[in-house]
Amino acid sequence: MATIVKSYEPTFWDKLYLPALMRGLIVTFRHFFRKNVTIQYPDQKHIPPEGYRGLHRLNKYPEGRIKCVACEMCSAACPADCIHIIPGPSPWDGGKERYPVRFDIDLLRCIFCGFCEMACPEEAIELTEIYDFSDYTRDDLVIDKEGLLEVYDLTKDQNYYTKKNLSKASSVNTSIDT
Amino acid sequence: MDLLGFTIILVKVLVVFAATMLGVLVMIYAERRVSAFMQDRVGPNRVGPKGVLQPIADGIKFLMKEDLVPEKVDKPIFILAPAILLIPALMTFAVIPFGSSINLFGREIALQVADVNVGVLYILALTSISVYGIVLAGWSSNNKYSLLGGLRSSAQLISYELAMGLAVVSIILLAGSLRLNDIITDQQGSFFSWNIFRQPLAFLIFLIAVYAETNRLPFDLSEAEQELVGGYHTEYSSMKFAMFFMAEYANMITAAALTVTLFFGGWDVPLLDEGSLGLFGTLLSVLSFLLKMAFFLFLFIWVRWTFPRFRYDQLMRLGWKVMLPLALFNIFLTAGYLTLKALG
Ligand code: SF4
Ligand code: SF4
Repeated sequence: MATIVKSYEPTFWDKLYLPALMRGLIVTFRHFFRKNVTIQYPDQKHIPPEGYRGLHRLNKYPEGRIKCVACEMCSAACPADCIHIIPGPSPWDGGKERYPVRFDIDLLRCIFCGFCEMACPEEAIELTEIYDFSDYTRDDLVIDKEGLLEVYDLTKDQNYYTKKNLSKASSVNTSIDT
Repeated sequence: MDLLGFTIILVKVLVVFAATMLGVLVMIYAERRVSAFMQDRVGPNRVGPKGVLQPIADGIKFLMKEDLVPEKVDKPIFILAPAILLIPALMTFAVIPFGSSINLFGREIALQVADVNVGVLYILALTSISVYGIVLAGWSSNNKYSLLGGLRSSAQLISYELAMGLAVVSIILLAGSLRLNDIITDQQGSFFSWNIFRQPLAFLIFLIAVYAETNRLPFDLSEAEQELVGGYHTEYSSMKFAMFFMAEYANMITAAALTVTLFFGGWDVPLLDEGSLGLFGTLLSVLSFLLKMAFFLFLFIWVRWTFPRFRYDQLMRLGWKVMLPLALFNIFLTAGYLTLKALG
């Protein structure tokens, strides 16, 4: 069945254009007084919604022991192949005899897909809300184990961007000190 | 001319020049802030309190930039073009009265640089010269985009200058003079003696034509950055580009002043005899002129950030098929009315 498409026929009022122009002016004038939506980064920081996939962290137990058991599930799951782990015997007692001697993530290769945190059997690796961790060299953007543990300390209270002492905390050290 | 008279004129020239340049700075700032507010943004707010020093920072930036003259351009014209655009833009304000006259040093001083008896013609002539700046810039740049920008600008000018001139003719018919002062005197009296109420159609045509004259959106086809990169100023950089920029705003200021003079009683404060109040009355008249001007300058920005650009054929159609006949019709009406009145 054929449908009849009615073409738009402008009325005389439409053809004057002036009423439409006036309406347009009124719209922009109303916006003139509306609250602006700008977030004045870096004075103000955007707070990402929950579940945001930003910089990684390595979780610790309350007593300070690293949760990771160096099973390398995460590096196997990683589509970007950017997690590099060197395992070793754990210095702590009480099960879990492996731990990562080195744990490096190449943040320039990482696509922040979050597969690593899904693959981890120990809930040891997690993505945080930190999004501003730019740096000047490629080497500086490879984060090591100490860096990842430091990110845990910074983000464990979920208030990284709401904290008062933002200026200090915002300089996450992603550099490897070798 | 005696020394005092000469000094007075010199002071007036300097004041008007300084005020126009200051106006340009204010407009640059206002444009950026107002556009930002209309888009729910903040706009420049870092340089100085609320960012008011931003135009100065911009100016310094322009001065520091490399002044590039491409190899294949027509050098003398390329260098001359920005000046041809800017100088008439600054000259036009000379004939616009910006307040009622004051008595100082025992003589009557008109707040106007030059009381030319063909003021309207002077303005129309100068604004046409400034378009040569755009055309020459486009032509001498040796760049297809610049050339297209220049071409469009000349075509646009011819189509809209006509309608604008004809709209002004009906005002001149009413005032019976080409002097801007006479036109203002003609509009004094009650509120409704302003030309906007006596000539609404002419006002509409004039307003639209003014936007085309000053190359502002929705008629900025000569620089249409989405199609023509930068239009006529594609090849320009540093201070030369800044001159185009300044000329655009100076043109806007003059255009706003002219609109106020022709249709809104100039410096006239409605229902008030400025002459009887002495110095205070003069101040009031200047203030009223500035306020009215500010509104039209705001309107320029407001319109720019509301309407999209016309297509080229639409622009031509509007100019030749709508505005010109309407303007002619309006002259016919005005002339008929005046004839009937003269016959009694
Ligand atoms: S977020 Fe994805 S790409 Fe990045 S380290 Fe984890 S698994 Fe690899
Ligand atoms: S972070 Fe998790 S998945 Fe990766 S090695 Fe450690 S325990 Fe295994």
